[in-house]
Amino acid sequence: MSQDVLNTITEILTEEFGVPADDISADATFEKLGLDSLDVVELTLVLEEKTGVKLEDEELEDVRTLQDAVNKIAEKQG
Amino acid sequence: MLLDGKRLLITGVLDPRSIAFSVAKVAQEQGAEVVLTGFGRGMKLTKRSAGRLTPTPDVRELDATKDEDIAAVAADLADRWGAIDGILHAIGFAPASCLGGGFLDAPWEDVSTALHVSTYSYVALGRGFADLLAAADNPAIVGLDFDAQVAWPGYDWMGVAKAGLESANRYLARDLGPHGVRVNLVAAGPLNTMAARSIDGFSGFEGVWDDRAPLGWDLSDPTPVAKTVCSLLSDWTPGITGEIIHVDGGVHAIGAGMPAEAADSD
Repeated sequence: MSQDVLNTITEILTEEFGVPADDISADATFEKLGLDSLDVVELTLVLEEKTGVKLEDEELEDVRTLQDAVNKIAEKQG
Repeated sequence: MLLDGKRLLITGVLDPRSIAFSVAKVAQEQGAEVVLTGFGRGMKLTKRSAGRLTPTPDVRELDATKDEDIAAVAADLADRWGAIDGILHAIGFAPASCLGGGFLDAPWEDVSTALHVSTYSYVALGRGFADLLAAADNPAIVGLDFDAQVAWPGYDWMGVAKAGLESANRYLARDLGPHGVRVNLVAAGPLNTMAARSIDGFSGFEGVWDDRAPLGWDLSDPTPVAKTVCSLLSDWTPGITGEIIHVDGGVHAIGAGMPAEAADSD
């Protein structure tokens, strides 16, 4: 399931945010990928549309890497 | 419905938690046709958020500090609608030095940006859309305020900008009133929006609402504010202009915390 979520995030980042696929890995940080706070909020909206999981901004405070985000979504998907 | 056939220009939708987003949603539910504005880096997010409204409204680029942007949107809406029934001004910005402490040290350059975006733009919008508003029946402008009668932790120069907005509201009401345009502010209690979260110290006064709001206050629910804005944009608040309506659970009227155990007070 986690791999699916990571694939979804990868797809969103490349298609919607123009992040080069080669830069994307589980341990990459949003900052390193060039995403600012507005991008991260937009990413949560797209993720909600694609996964049905709603992430609040507060929940993202300790999310640094893509793997952190995947874990958070997997946790909420139960 | 409350806003049947009203043509509304709504600024300030960033994400679905924006107060302006709730206003747009309630307005659509009440029969209004809505056009949103966004600008710069936020434009993409505004468009994404627009997709969550039904029907998806058009989004126009509008930097409220640029007269040419205002003129372009006005020309566009003149073609589209011929008149505008209402405008929501939900625009505010202050550089980091102006918020979260350091009030005494903020340089004028930054302060002037805060005042330009958050205060002057209200008048600029009123001026730029005055003719289109005057062409409508019972038009209204509503702006979003945070009670500026007192100083708040961390709010700093944004508080000064809001005090200016409160005054500008009265002068704009004076000058647009003869054209039939009502001009009012809604002073909202604190809401958990992106704008609020960017203020270091915001949590410092959330507690005030727990202690002092006779009606209680939900930081995560902008609906009371949105409904009040919509009522001011409707035909059901005639004769009201230059006013500041507090949608804050009643905090503005209460001088001290609510007694925790009133029954034991004697």
